[in-house]
Amino acid sequence: MAKGKDLHTDLGLKENDLLEMYRYMLMARFCDERQWGLNRQGKAPFVVPVSGHEAAQVGSGWAFERGKDVFCPYYRDMALVLVAGFTPKDVFLGLFGKKDDPSSGGRQMPAHWGSRERNIITGSSPIATQCLHAAGIAYSKKLKKEDAVVGTWCGEGGTSEGDWHGAMNFAGVHKLPLVFVVENNQYAISVHESKQLGGRVYKRAEGYGFPGFEVDGNDVLECYKVSKEAVDRARAGEGPTLIEMRTYRHYSHTSDDDDRTYRKKEEVEEWKRKDPIPRFETYLKSVDMIDDGRIAELRERTKAEVAEGAKEAEQSDFPDPLSAGHNVYADLEVV
Amino acid sequence: MPEKNVVQAIHDTLADEMRRDDRVMVLGEDVGARGGVFRVTMGFLDEFGEDRVLDTPLDEALIAGVAIGLAIDGMRPVAEMQFADFSFPGFNQIVQEAARIRYRSNGDFTVPMVVRAPYGGGVHGALYHSQSVEAFYAHVPGLKVVVPSTPYDAKGMLAQAIEDEDPVIYLEHKKTYRLIKGEVPDERYTIPLGKAVVRREGTDLTCISYGLMHHYCIEAAERLSGEGLEVEVIDLRSIFPLDMDTVLESVGKTSKAMVVYEDNKFLGVGAEVAAQIAEKAMFELDGPIVRIGGPHVPAMPFAPPLEAWFMPDVDKIEQEMRKLAEF
Repeated sequence: MAKGKDLHTDLGLKENDLLEMYRYMLMARFCDERQWGLNRQGKAPFVVPVSGHEAAQVGSGWAFERGKDVFCPYYRDMALVLVAGFTPKDVFLGLFGKKDDPSSGGRQMPAHWGSRERNIITGSSPIATQCLHAAGIAYSKKLKKEDAVVGTWCGEGGTSEGDWHGAMNFAGVHKLPLVFVVENNQYAISVHESKQLGGRVYKRAEGYGFPGFEVDGNDVLECYKVSKEAVDRARAGEGPTLIEMRTYRHYSHTSDDDDRTYRKKEEVEEWKRKDPIPRFETYLKSVDMIDDGRIAELRERTKAEVAEGAKEAEQSDFPDPLSAGHNVYADLEVV
Repeated sequence: MPEKNVVQAIHDTLADEMRRDDRVMVLGEDVGARGGVFRVTMGFLDEFGEDRVLDTPLDEALIAGVAIGLAIDGMRPVAEMQFADFSFPGFNQIVQEAARIRYRSNGDFTVPMVVRAPYGGGVHGALYHSQSVEAFYAHVPGLKVVVPSTPYDAKGMLAQAIEDEDPVIYLEHKKTYRLIKGEVPDERYTIPLGKAVVRREGTDLTCISYGLMHHYCIEAAERLSGEGLEVEVIDLRSIFPLDMDTVLESVGKTSKAMVVYEDNKFLGVGAEVAAQIAEKAMFELDGPIVRIGGPHVPAMPFAPPLEAWFMPDVDKIEQEMRKLAEF
């Protein structure tokens, strides 16, 4: 990472932006640690970790305008949906499958994000299906001449799906206000990118008629920079962008996976040393924005906020079993 | 009142709906310059422009997925699958996305879209231009599946499908497109989705069908009328919601039921209708529930004698009606 005050100032980021970005990265990390703890206690049957991806998600998410732009995330995007307006309590309501889970009222597995109020489009488990929805929404925004940019996120495995290519192609044909972010963590569950990709992800953009970029996905300011340029281009009517953010997940794919069967311990340790959070702390210290005391204070405060959210979510109600028959159709009671 | 065929009725209705509501748009393969391979969107490009008459890339998953995005963002997309047989690359988007978005978001998001698809055989379309796909889609909670068989119904049900707040699979039998004509009022009207209609009254047995087969059943029933057998013929019009009230009322009157459909007989619409009659009207029956359906081969073959072997026809329906009436 480049050093010095000029970097973030050049990007148009103020001290408060940087501290907020840092806070969201911490929030995601502590939510992740807490959900693993709950999983070990037998209170959370299924966990999708985010750790390692915080810079890619917060950096890209920060480039979008909340309340106006549209987010089509995938399951790993906890930090992204926090930026988009979820609270830690919202995350844990989903984790426990509680009635007030904003994504689905306890219907979907955890990490299947969605909220109309926050412009986060509901997602499913089959991979990259949301990219086509993003393309349709972007087309609609352009048709209606609305000032809105759509973002869609997936992993590098998602770029093998036909839906991803269809969305890329359609976005290119219609020069849509759409940004494709690929969080390349090098493994689609266990399949290494060498068996996933016959080339480089970011280079595929050229075939669809728009620019593609590769960035260090553990450098939050780099992720923000390239994303902001992409969002600005989209907003100016200059069409879509593909951004490949190279990163690594610190834990297994989910709590039902065991990454020791396909990743070497040394490799995991090596990437943990590239952890995006301490790296951002180093930058913040280099520009005299925080010191060790302030870091400790921010960490404690965020951790407490996460713990409080988890506690409130745990104590809240499950959905009424009979409500499982509702919301199948607008005008038919089917059960 | 003007007489129209089914294609004209669909064309005119779609154009009327696009005129009255800016949110309505069409998308699909060849819907623009070509006006659709069956000419359903002929002239649309000139009248409504290329933004609302969207020639898509050749990618059915894209057609379905983009339509979902449009619907989520407040548009009223009418997606055309060029042939129902080609809808399967879009199956995941229709079944796991469109159908489930209301449910999985607990009502936060909805997908008011229509997927139009020409289906059915008897047109020398062979394996991949003849299929009946209604059972696949009707199996999926969250979707409505309708099969209008007359120009009048085609209009009223399309207008209703576009108004519906949930995804509707609107199936058009290709052979009815130009074969079936009827009076269609100029003024706008809608027909509720999920209401069957008794098209011919009778006392000796109830014949339940839809699409092209419905017209064959009417013809067979007319032939038998000369022999003194009166068959009550019901056009289901909608596969889901399924109007069993109309069916059961008729079976209560005639005590005999047969279901005629072109799709493979096994686990087709007739299986569900027959099961519900057995569950709800067993003791009113004076004979076995009869099903006439397609054979259990992968799809309709091309050569004329092979195609004729696959398709239920008026002669076969007439024979089975006589047999059941005499049971």
